Amino acid sequence: MLMSTRVPLPYTPKVLELFRNPRNLGKMESPDVVSQAGSPACGDVITIYLKIRCGIVVEAKFESYGCAANIAAASALTEMIKGKKVEEAWSVEWKDVADELGGLPAIKRHCSILAVGALRRAIRSYYKDEKPEWLPSELTLAERQALEEEELIDRLYGGRVART
Amino acid sequence: MSGRVRELLKSHGTPPREVYLDNENSGWVPPEVVEATLPYFNVKGYGHPSITNKPGWEALELILEFKELLSSVINGEPENVHITHSGTEANNLAILGVKRRGKVIVSDVEHYSVLLPALTLDAVRAPVDEQGFIDLDVLSQLVDSETVLVSVQAVNHEIGTIQPVKEVYEVVKDRNPDALVHVDACDALGRVELNSDYADLMTFSSHKVLGPKGAGALYTKVKLEPPLKGALSTETLWPGVENVPAVAGFKKALELYLEDDLEELRRKRDKLIKGLLSIPDTLLNGPRDRRAPDNVNVSFLRVEGEAITVELSMRGIYVSSGSACTSRLLEPSHVMLAIGRSYEEAHGSVMFKLTRYLTWEDVDYVLEQVPEAIERLRNISPL
Repeated sequence: MLMSTRVPLPYTPKVLELFRNPRNLGKMESPDVVSQAGSPACGDVITIYLKIRCGIVVEAKFESYGCAANIAAASALTEMIKGKKVEEAWSVEWKDVADELGGLPAIKRHCSILAVGALRRAIRSYYKDEKPEWLPSELTLAERQALEEEELIDRLYGGRVART
Repeated sequence: MSGRVRELLKSHGTPPREVYLDNENSGWVPPEVVEATLPYFNVKGYGHPSITNKPGWEALELILEFKELLSSVINGEPENVHITHSGTEANNLAILGVKRRGKVIVSDVEHYSVLLPALTLDAVRAPVDEQGFIDLDVLSQLVDSETVLVSVQAVNHEIGTIQPVKEVYEVVKDRNPDALVHVDACDALGRVELNSDYADLMTFSSHKVLGPKGAGALYTKVKLEPPLKGALSTETLWPGVENVPAVAGFKKALELYLEDDLEELRRKRDKLIKGLLSIPDTLLNGPRDRRAPDNVNVSFLRVEGEAITVELSMRGIYVSSGSACTSRLLEPSHVMLAIGRSYEEAHGSVMFKLTRYLTWEDVDYVLEQVPEAIERLRNISPL
């Protein structure tokens, strides 16, 4: 059933600030790992670039196709994990990102889930040959959510192809 | 809650130049229209229009003047005009008020206030082409002896497509003379020629012509059953006392709207379209010809529409988007999907509705700011 379409989005000043001046934005030259989550069909894609030295995230950058909250969430997350052990970066939850932004409207929580999903996908990919003990074998909620969103493409698109 | 919005507004700040182009969602009300509403709060006509006292009669006089004006625009009869409190209410009255039950047909790009009540009656959705024009051949096949109502808007609210209302009316009546034709004319009033000869029911909305919110009207040549129950006033189809100050504003706004120089509006529209399409990977949504003179709608590929509205807001340009991110269900605009836009194309759509108050300098400002905004957001995007 269709519903009315407009929903109030009282973003916090922090979301607006990070949308205006995102930190750690852009491609990274020779990253140790790159990972992407989301889909253009769903309207949000986040790419995370990491440089890791001696088990520490020494550099984190991002690119985002999405709404203001999406851009702000990716920016906040990269800022939160810089200088942290990879294990600590892994343990950042979507709620931590939302808190860092001063809160997100309920309908925008998927933005911080997607950012965390992209980061965890990157970390998992970094350790694909040698899995540390703290890295769970099972996909976490944020990773599963990213996967589900991508799988939505087929369901939503119904084979429709973007024209340019 | 209000504190959060206050903080947001403080952080946003007031840009040095502001250009309001979201008149489709909520009209900017000109000062002379506001002025026309004021006496009806406490100077005259503040009474109930169906009560026998002087302030009531003053209200009644205004309401009848409004009905005379509106009906003269569509070559109709004043007594067929029924006042509601919004276009949404008038559309609901039209769809749900038809007494006879049977097949209901609506175009695929109707406003939600038509689509949603119609879907409760298991309406059939008639397809449109890539520019939003209804397919008359398919419509003709859909109309049968069971059909009681066909609803097609005169001008699409998102992409400005001017529907061939006369042809729609003739196709429907040719197939079934008893079937009623409803025309949602909210975005057509004062913009394209409207004639009540080619509709059994027509909807109008105050804020779509820069009147205040809180007034709408249904023109009906047929008897309806009021779907909303309550004390009826001078209105026999919609309960609740008429919003007399808003009707005064609607009347004044319509008078001004009828004086608009549509050729000038078209030139501004075309300059905006041409300038926006010069931004790489930008698509025009809706037709080039047979398009409302005040509507511009484009999709910027590889950018998400909600981000565009926020980015432009900080530059003082106020627009809206058909992106999923403005939607409760994270689904993009049904109009975009109906004209065959992909989800990604719909997510990047931005709508501008022009008015006579938009200056040529404003147009230049928009064309200077939008390319910068799109470039900034594309530089953030990995696509």
